[in-house]
Formats: sequence, structure tokens, C-alpha cells
Amino acid sequence: MSMFEAVLLTIVTASTPLLLAALGELVAERAGVLNLGVEGMMAMGAACGFAGAVVFDSTALGVLSGMIAAVLLASLFAFAVLGLATNQVASGLALTILGLGLAGLIGAPFIGARREPIAHLHIPGLTDLPVVGRLFFGQDAFVYVSLLLALAVAWFLFHTRAGLTLRSVGENHTSAHSLGLPVVRVRLLAIVFGGACAGLSGAYLSLVYTRFWSPGMTAGRGWIALALVVFAAWRPGRAFAGAYLFGAATVLQLHAQAASIGLPSQTLSALPYLATVVALVLLSLGKRRAVGAPGSLGTPFVPDR
Amino acid sequence: MRLELVPRATVSPAARLLAPIGALILSFALGGIIVALMGRSPLTALDIYVLQPLSDPWALQELVVKATPLVLIAVGLSFCFRASLWNIGAEGQYVVGAICGSALALATHGTEAGAWVLPAMLGLGILGGALWGLVPAFLRVRFGVSEILTSLMLVYVAELMLDYLVRGPWRDPKGFNFPQSVGFDTAATLPILGDGGRLHVGVLFALAAAAVAWVVMTRTLFGYRLRVTGDAPRAARFAGFDERRTALAVFAISGGLAGLAGIVEVSGQIGQLKPSISPGYGFTAITVAFLGRLHPLGILFAGLVMALTFIGGEAAQISLRLPFDLTKAFQGILLFCVLAADALVSYRIRLVRRGVLAGRAPA
Repeated sequence: MSMFEAVLLTIVTASTPLLLAALGELVAERAGVLNLGVEGMMAMGAACGFAGAVVFDSTALGVLSGMIAAVLLASLFAFAVLGLATNQVASGLALTILGLGLAGLIGAPFIGARREPIAHLHIPGLTDLPVVGRLFFGQDAFVYVSLLLALAVAWFLFHTRAGLTLRSVGENHTSAHSLGLPVVRVRLLAIVFGGACAGLSGAYLSLVYTRFWSPGMTAGRGWIALALVVFAAWRPGRAFAGAYLFGAATVLQLHAQAASIGLPSQTLSALPYLATVVALVLLSLGKRRAVGAPGSLGTPFVPDR
Repeated sequence: MRLELVPRATVSPAARLLAPIGALILSFALGGIIVALMGRSPLTALDIYVLQPLSDPWALQELVVKATPLVLIAVGLSFCFRASLWNIGAEGQYVVGAICGSALALATHGTEAGAWVLPAMLGLGILGGALWGLVPAFLRVRFGVSEILTSLMLVYVAELMLDYLVRGPWRDPKGFNFPQSVGFDTAATLPILGDGGRLHVGVLFALAAAAVAWVVMTRTLFGYRLRVTGDAPRAARFAGFDERRTALAVFAISGGLAGLAGIVEVSGQIGQLKPSISPGYGFTAITVAFLGRLHPLGILFAGLVMALTFIGGEAAQISLRLPFDLTKAFQGILLFCVLAADALVSYRIRLVRRGVLAGRAPA
């Protein structure tokens, strides 16, 4: 396997969790809910995913545990912002703080444990092709799921009636409500979907990316996924592009660190975060409001009856 | 069945005051359940988390010392949150304040520098924190970039910057390769209040900050502008209040206070720079601000409560071997409960059976 091929493969691994989490948040935000708790849900997905996989000795059950844990957290958030109309920013922060704390508690007994690598697709002939073989036909299930999910979300949002409903709820909840659309139910489902995606993304981190649990392993990826949604102008296709662009930048930074190009390692580690800031600035150059932001994003909905 | 929120016509001041207390009691109950799930006695935990620190004079001083950075940061954040601006990067502003102030302490280390060092350090800390806080504010008013994400991203950058400095140029050459700076000289250390106690002068800064904030919020045009901008942005615009100036001002204030907290903690408490100079004060201060209902006096009280969770958390780590993450989880639960309690103050909750139009005869 050439160096080039290895780099391409690690880019896929680095991008997949970002793509998964960003897709979930994208749907929630399209429904008008800003959930800043992605980092917390992701940490829970990683901790419970790993714990479940070790306890049941099954990666599939681990992934399921991680997703269920993240969905439970998301439901708590939904209860607060939909049921009690609390401030979404503050509630999302509470969710992140709570999720990181709980993940630390749940993961603590599993520090030091390791999981075996999970199965990768193998199609005789195709997978053995030079360069592109392993890249396209030799990935693990998460990668294919994330790509299919991007397509599915795009199709759902822009080619189904339910997707139209979701978008109109996010665009203007008062109008949607007066048309008789179930604003709260749509938002609840969108938040739960976001939680499931964040959980899946977290489980990928602990079961595939590192194959162990360590506190703080999400390292701001949840926040970067949130930024990717803005960067993607709330479009799944661009979220895919953004996640892979970002994944590539992260991997190249790691290689630059390994090659010790004279810059302090901390400078290179700071690059993803600085790049996020710069990307957000470049995107909004010259425009006053974030492009494509759903109209009701972040505002609580209390119907006038 | 579904929930329906009915806005209350009038809200009694007593309810506003009792809401955070109710939230506190509920979160202690939920915390107790988590402790029980982890196989420990909730009553023992309550004893170690709350009762022991409150009955030991030494721990009471520690409580005030720990509350100091929380109060300083939260008072600043209350300015932002009142204006509905979301500075969630106070942790980064705290770190940069500590770095900027310490730069002077390290530059004058071993010299016979006079009494000017300490005030200059504090000034540099405030300046550094304010400038770090102004970055997201500037990006917001100039480019329309969400301050939430940029302020948070800069936390990671600040922490890595500190990490670089204490492992690289600022590392103590005689420190056996530990990633830490030299210990500060006496001239660069905050004086202790009274004899042999734990309280340093920084405690007074926190009290002063709360007092000044109270005056500014309630007695000045700026405070009024802030509340209008937050509660009714359209009205603020019609009144000709400049949103941009408000945004820059509140970020400078909260960044400056977070920076002050950083340098106060380093020069009054830690005495040198290390890779980790905060157990998450910048994030906990968000909970403190809300628990204190964004009111300076409430924040003083809330700061002490949250300081208790830090001290209790450290004690429980040692005696019950409960991980410190329990404290973080508790802080998250508390923030949720505070927000929920606030909602119950402004709304009445009604359970509506499916298919019945609430409060109105079917057409």
C-alpha cells in the first residue's frame, strides 16, 4: 500500500464522524432547532458505544447502545426546548456539559480496554484494485452508511412531502402552525434523529477511529460538526464536501506534525479550530446574514392557540 | 396527551427568587440518584459534597477562593447573556488573560521590580482577555459570523497556546523538565488577606466586580440599552441603540473579566503557569450566570454554590473514589433544571388531552 493510498484511507476515517454528526444536526437545524449539545451526545455515543461493545462483546450492540444513549440525551433536550420553551443555546450547552460528564462516568471502568478492528468490505477483484480498490470497495460499514445517509437526507429534505414539512417548520414556525403542521412533533423527530446521528458518530470514534475510550476523545468534533452545518449552508451535499475537506485538512496536519516541519506541534493542532473560524468568515464575506439559515432557527415556539 | 405552555399574566417576585432554589434542590435529588446508581450512598455523598465543606473553616475559605474566578467570569457573562449574545468561550479568555499577565511576571522574575508589577499584570490580564473576547464580537459585527462557534473554537486555540508556552519558551529550566514556568516572585503574587489565611486580594475584585455590575445594570443608560437589546431587539433598533457597539462592549467586558479571573487565579492561587490552570471555570461560569438569574447578587450566591461542587467533587474523588466527572454531570443537570425552572416561572404548564382544542370551544 502506497503512502498516498494510506493518506486517502485515513482521510475517510477522519471525515466519517464529522459527516455523520453534521447530517444529524443539519436536519435538526432545518427544523428550526439549534442543538449545541452535539459534543455531549457524541461523547455519550462514544462512551456507551464502547461500553456496550465490551459488555455484549458485539460491535453492533455497542453501536446500538451508543445511539440509544445519545437519543436519550437528545430527548431530554427536546423536552426542555419543545416542552418548556427554554432557550436553545443555553439548553444545548447544558446538554454538552451533562453529556461530557456522564460519558466520563460511564467510560471510566473501560479505560485501558481495547477493541479489535471491525470488518471491512471485501469484494474479490474490486477491493484488490490498485489505489482505488480499498478506497471505494474496502471501507467499513460506517463509511457506507454515512454516505448513504447523506444521499438519503438530501432526498428526504428536497424530494419528499415530509421533507418540505420539516423545512417549512424550520423556516417559519408560526406559518407552519397556522397551516396545521405539527411543529412540535416534527421538531421532536428532528432532534431525535440528530441525537441518533451524533451517537453513531461517537460510537465510530471509540469503536473504529481509536478502538479505545479515553475522556475528552471527542476533542471538539461535535463543535466542528456544528460549524460544518453553517459552512454547508444547511445543504447535505455541501456538508459531505465540507466534512471531507475538513477531514483531509486534519489528516494532512497530522502528517505535517509527524514530518516535523519546524512548527511547534501545538500550532498544527490548533489549525483545525482556526480553519473553522476562517472558513466561517470566508463564507459570510460580504453577506450580512448567514446564507441559507432557516428563518426560525434557534427561536422557541409557543403557539398563540 | 401533550404539554401546553400558557404564559402567565403576572409573575410574583417570590417565584423568581424561589425558582433557582427549587432547581438546586431538584438537581441535588437527581445527583443523588446517579450516586445511588453508582453503588454509593447518596447520604454519604451529600455529607462529603455539601455538609463537610460547609462545616470546616478551612474549606469555607477554599470555597470563597474557588468562587472568585467563577463570580468574576459569570458577572461578565451576564452582560453578554442579557443582550442575548452568546460568549461561550470565557475559558479561552481566562487562559489568555493568565498568559498575558504572566508574561510580565516572568519577564520581571528575579529582578528588583517594584510594586508596579502586580497592577500591571492585572491590567495585562484584563487587556488580553478583552482582546481575545473581541475577536468573536468583531467577526460577528463585521462579517455576521455566529459568535457562538468562533468564541468556542478560540478556547482550543488558547489552551494550545498555553501548552506551547509552558512546554517551550516559558518552561522552568530548573524544573526537571516538568511543563511549568518558574514560580512567581512575591512582587508578582497577590497578597493574602489577613494572616495565614487562604483568601487573597482577588476575592475583593470579585465583590467589586459584582457591585459595579449591579450599578451599571440598574443605574446607567448602558445597562438599560443592554436589557432592551436582549429582550426586544426591534425596539432597541427603533430607539437607535447601536447593536454593534453593544456587542463589542459586552464581549470586551466579559472577556476582560474572564482575563482578570485568569491572572488572579494564576498569581493568587497557583503561583506559576501550568498546562492546566482551570478545572473548567469558563464553562461552569455559564451555569453560575444562569443560576444567579444574570443578576450580580444572585451570581455571588451561585458562585459559592458551584464552588462547593468543585470542592465537594475533589473530596469525593479522594474519600468515595467518585470520578470528578460526576461534578461535571451535576453541573449540566443543574443548568437544565435552572432553565426549566425559569420556564415554569414565565409559563403555566397544562396537560391537554389529544383532540381537544385547548381553552376554546370547538368551532
